[in-house]
Amino acid sequence: MNAPAQVTAAPATTGAGRSTLLRHLGITLVAALLLVAATYGLEPFRNFQLATVAAYLCATAGLTVLTGLNGQLSLGHGALMATGAYTVALTQTRIADTGATSGWLLAVSLLTAVVVTVAVGAVIGLAAARLRGPYLAGLTLAVAVVVPAVAITFDEVLGGEQGLSVPVAPPPLALGPYFPYERWQAWLAGAVTLLTMLLLANLVRSRFGRSVRAVRDDEVAARLAGIHVARTQVLAFVVSAGCAGLGGGLLAVLAQSVSPGAFSLTLSLFLLMAIVIGGLGSLAGAVWGAVLLVALPDLTHSLTELFTLSPSVAQRWEGNLPLAIFGVTLIVVMIAAPGGIQGLLTRIGRALPGRRR
Amino acid sequence: MDRFVFLTFDGLARGAVYAAFALALVLIWRAARIVNFAQGAMAVATAYVAHSVSVATGSYWIGFAAALAAGLVLGAVVDLTVMRFVSHTSPLNAVIVALGLVLVIQAVLGIVYGNEFLPAPAPFDRTAFTVGGLVLLAPYDLFVFASVGVVVLGLAWMFGRTPVGLRMRAAAFAPEVSRLLGVNVGGMLTLGWALAAGVGALAGMLVIPTEFGLHPHAMDLVFVSAFTAAVVGGLDSPPGAVIGGLVVGLLLSYVSGYVGGDVTPLAVLALLLVVLLTRPGGLFSGVAARHV
Repeated sequence: MNAPAQVTAAPATTGAGRSTLLRHLGITLVAALLLVAATYGLEPFRNFQLATVAAYLCATAGLTVLTGLNGQLSLGHGALMATGAYTVALTQTRIADTGATSGWLLAVSLLTAVVVTVAVGAVIGLAAARLRGPYLAGLTLAVAVVVPAVAITFDEVLGGEQGLSVPVAPPPLALGPYFPYERWQAWLAGAVTLLTMLLLANLVRSRFGRSVRAVRDDEVAARLAGIHVARTQVLAFVVSAGCAGLGGGLLAVLAQSVSPGAFSLTLSLFLLMAIVIGGLGSLAGAVWGAVLLVALPDLTHSLTELFTLSPSVAQRWEGNLPLAIFGVTLIVVMIAAPGGIQGLLTRIGRALPGRRR
Repeated sequence: MDRFVFLTFDGLARGAVYAAFALALVLIWRAARIVNFAQGAMAVATAYVAHSVSVATGSYWIGFAAALAAGLVLGAVVDLTVMRFVSHTSPLNAVIVALGLVLVIQAVLGIVYGNEFLPAPAPFDRTAFTVGGLVLLAPYDLFVFASVGVVVLGLAWMFGRTPVGLRMRAAAFAPEVSRLLGVNVGGMLTLGWALAAGVGALAGMLVIPTEFGLHPHAMDLVFVSAFTAAVVGGLDSPPGAVIGGLVVGLLLSYVSGYVGGDVTPLAVLALLLVVLLTRPGGLFSGVAARHV
């Protein structure tokens, strides 16, 4: 069963693979240029937001691979982000303790974060591969809820409720003495995220990516076609966890601190909302989701400023309105337009004259 | 030994609440094959209703009744306005919509009542009385046992002895056949949601006074514990939910008594993981003869 499939599929993959890789490289290059251009045009706060979008994008893209393409629902990705963030905090502190100042050591911290989260993800993924729908959701929900308990139980290492600070080296001197810190953050997070997206985009187009989708669509058929279902599911979880860890690590670097409050259950729910509203089936949907995660609180802030409210009332609205909007949008999208934003755009694109296939 | 006896009674009292909450999960699972992840948030919403009514009328019991009524209404409304329209092409859909509900409910509660803890008084004394030197349980624990007992027996009677219960079971078990036989399947589903949310509201009223107070997130951890209880029992079996609830309550009580309160979420996660990995169908499930 296995061998003939490989024979027929192999030439097709190499042929399409090369052009796909080139196309993805091209898109990444263009995106990188746009990013650098944008960082010069934007004010510092917007650059910081851009960096935050990049950090969230790592996590939402990973979750898209898992939930959108593999059909495994995880409510625990906030906890995986926390794992990455705490790893970066601990590693950066150790590095700072040795007196090393090179900014390149940040790469070591981020890689450590990925390795640690991949290990944690493998453990959860092994359990997840045996579970279905609501059971998996419940297990990962429990993982998400446990984060503060872990931080408090091991408070000597993890700093309890207070959390840890993350020492980060300043921008390299080669960029000039007055290089804005926020622009440096946007470059840093942007570079890491673009690399991640490039890898994920190719992974999704590969043989592994097809197996992942085949498992989502029909497990029995996938198994009959020679796909090792459990292995594919565990691998999807591991890849997704690594991305979440990287995203969490970036967030820790941007905020220069980590605390359990930043990785609550709400964050896990938000990540899921983001990819559902963005569009579950594609990495482009993850981009929309990450943008929404950063833009929506900002938009509601401007919205509440339009009305003259007493400070305490305004605070209530500001904290909760994004939640309400996210929730309502989620329900409406799920019921009326399961493709999300990206699905809508694709449909509009197809409806345009000349694009009809 | 004294401590062990006290922790056991305390655990059983906690477990009774988890049992009620797990029972609500099982009710909806049996009726619609949906795990209602919004159940915790719905219960919190009814507890806030109780708070408002109690403050307005000055009576705890009118508030209590209002919470149960609000639960029944909220359950029916959620089914009629949202859940009914969710596509069943993937089991993920209903879970995701329920999570959307969680966000909406918690946000609305936060906007209306604020995100501070509000006091949630208990209707009976919560200090345990002692018999012959042994610290046993509080009057409030007796109230918990009695309320949950009434609900469990009431549901058992309804499903076992009444025509409505029979129709509800038929509608859940074989919707098409039931429809042909003249059962209002949609109505039975709505009734199932209403009942489940009513039971959830009761559980919320019972558990929130034992926690830090009333807060939009007050039931997050309780939901995870109750989900674990339902999974221990197998999601499909009401008696399983009751036993699962007691097991989880005892575990949490021993862990917080002997190890520390902060560790209890980790204990719940560990229990959930062990049960799901060894007997995913719950402790009371038969073994599937063949798996494709």
